[in-house]
Amino acid sequence: MRQASLLFLVRRLLQIVPVVLAIVALNFFLLRMAPGDVADILAGQMGHATAEFTQQLRQEFGLDRPLYQQFFIYMGKLLTFDLGVSHLQQTPVIVLILDRLPATLILMLTSVVLAVALGVVLGVAAARREGTIADSLISVLALVVYATPAFWLGLMLIVLFSIKLDILPSGGMIQIGAGLKGAAYALDVAWHLILPAATLALFYVAIYTRLMRASMLEVYGLDFIVTARAKGLSETAIAWTHALRNALLPVVTLAGVQFGHLLGGSILVETVFGWPGLGRLVFDALLQRDLNLLLGILFVSSAVVVSANLVVDLIYGLLDPRIVHK
Amino acid sequence: MSAPVLAVDGLTVEFRTALGTVRAVDDLSFTIGEGETVAIVGESGSGKSTVALALLRLVPDPPGRIVAGRVRLDRQDLLTLDDAEIRKVRGRRMAMIFQDPMMALNPVYTVERQIGEVLRLHLGLPRQQVFDQVVELLRLVGVPAPEDRARQYPHNLSGGMRQRVMIAMALACKPRLLIADEPTTALDVTVQAQVLELIQELKSRLGMAVLLITHDLSIVAETAHRVIVMYTGRKVEEGATAEIFADPRHPYTGGLLGAAKWEENEGNELREIPGAVPSPFDMPRGCSFAPRCAVALARCREHAPALADVAPGRPVRCFVAQEAAR
Repeated sequence: MRQASLLFLVRRLLQIVPVVLAIVALNFFLLRMAPGDVADILAGQMGHATAEFTQQLRQEFGLDRPLYQQFFIYMGKLLTFDLGVSHLQQTPVIVLILDRLPATLILMLTSVVLAVALGVVLGVAAARREGTIADSLISVLALVVYATPAFWLGLMLIVLFSIKLDILPSGGMIQIGAGLKGAAYALDVAWHLILPAATLALFYVAIYTRLMRASMLEVYGLDFIVTARAKGLSETAIAWTHALRNALLPVVTLAGVQFGHLLGGSILVETVFGWPGLGRLVFDALLQRDLNLLLGILFVSSAVVVSANLVVDLIYGLLDPRIVHK
Repeated sequence: MSAPVLAVDGLTVEFRTALGTVRAVDDLSFTIGEGETVAIVGESGSGKSTVALALLRLVPDPPGRIVAGRVRLDRQDLLTLDDAEIRKVRGRRMAMIFQDPMMALNPVYTVERQIGEVLRLHLGLPRQQVFDQVVELLRLVGVPAPEDRARQYPHNLSGGMRQRVMIAMALACKPRLLIADEPTTALDVTVQAQVLELIQELKSRLGMAVLLITHDLSIVAETAHRVIVMYTGRKVEEGATAEIFADPRHPYTGGLLGAAKWEENEGNELREIPGAVPSPFDMPRGCSFAPRCAVALARCREHAPALADVAPGRPVRCFVAQEAAR
């Protein structure tokens, strides 16, 4: 049994490799289809670059070779986890990414956990009060949040909590110059995390709430809920043990999808809140045609998303014993 | 004579729907003594399953409501108890098994967890004793390799095994009354007999009273001491099983027996009761069975007959039968 699960894990991990490589290859060619390259950008920044100089830059970056050669060189390096050097910043791409990745991962994980927890609690609460005013209130609120753009919500949260109430920081990840260490540092980061994580999470809270409510109501219609009542269990116990675990699968599925979306969504939120994560790095790399950096980020983020989906599959198995990983 | 285990008096259950109020159970009275098995038989829509749910106060409200009557278990009126008090009755003093054991067990929890839940809830058994007790119960209901089965999930078990698990769960607290709602309908014929035998055996061993709810007259003949025949929410006939089978007084009972005993009919012909159960929204003015009745008089279509004894312990709701007895 345990051995079978381990085998499943190894196989799934191996499956990740071709998927990620395919994504990288696709990205490589898609990015090349856009006109202009980093040499154009650099030349433009210098203002008086000659055509020879631009060509020289291309030669230096290896951009003058045929596309297929460039591709194989890139993929060859990738297999040794060499993501190359950022054309613009002249720093290894992996260094730039590892510098930013933790901030983004913290933000994403916090907002996923926040969204799932809040969505589940609200969804269960609404389902248990189906048809009451509380149920309608939760549903309407969810709809309003669902329809609100994240960046606008972020700005409004800053206005309310940072400017009017002055209880939360408006941006950044740490208090600059405080030089905090250990637990105090972690607390400081958590403090700065609240608004951006809430902004990223709220849209999904709305979706999870709706999804959880519907899923719970479906489970409430099943026979084993009557059995649980006939056993003498309280409605609270029935909701949180018998119904919840059966109703959770769709939410877990969506959490995997959310993880992928968040990488995109975090660009906006990281910009609004000045959060030093991958989102801003992507944005800059895209504007400046920093191909190596862009490909590196896409490689890492696709690996993160594919891994997140693996985790979702594993959670399925934990939640529902009928799902057996073979 | 000692007081009956269960005494139902004038039980009336209504469902409010968009089309109007429906009386699913109408002024039903009966008793079950210690060690006695009473069967309620009737077609779908006769209200028999609603009776089962109403006894445990599990009729979904809304739309259902118990509008009148008394349900006394060992002289205690269940309909006046508050929510916490009735929960102490459910699963402990009055337990229920359901038609479809696949649907009635929670798919995501082990057998041990689902049976053990009752033991912990009602008997406050500590965790380490729960497993032993669950194994003991599984052994009692004839589950082979109970230690292994206890750790398995419902989907690992066959239909017959699942129903045994349901029975073990219902018997966990040695209830005074066991309600079996179509306990064998979803099972193979060979398994049906085993499950019925098991219920009978445990009944005498534990001194329970059993309320058997079924549409299947063959299992009634083998297991029940007394039979209550229901039609459109009303009791139309009651009597000792042997008497009912030998000498049905109500034309509906006669029809049910005729339909069930087709093997004995001339030329093995399948006999059925003509017509269908009337819509609850369009009940006939007189006797609700009159439109399907071969012996109905003009009076039957105008006035609804009341229950009256045609012999000692043989109440029948039929003008014709009452006339004949006079």
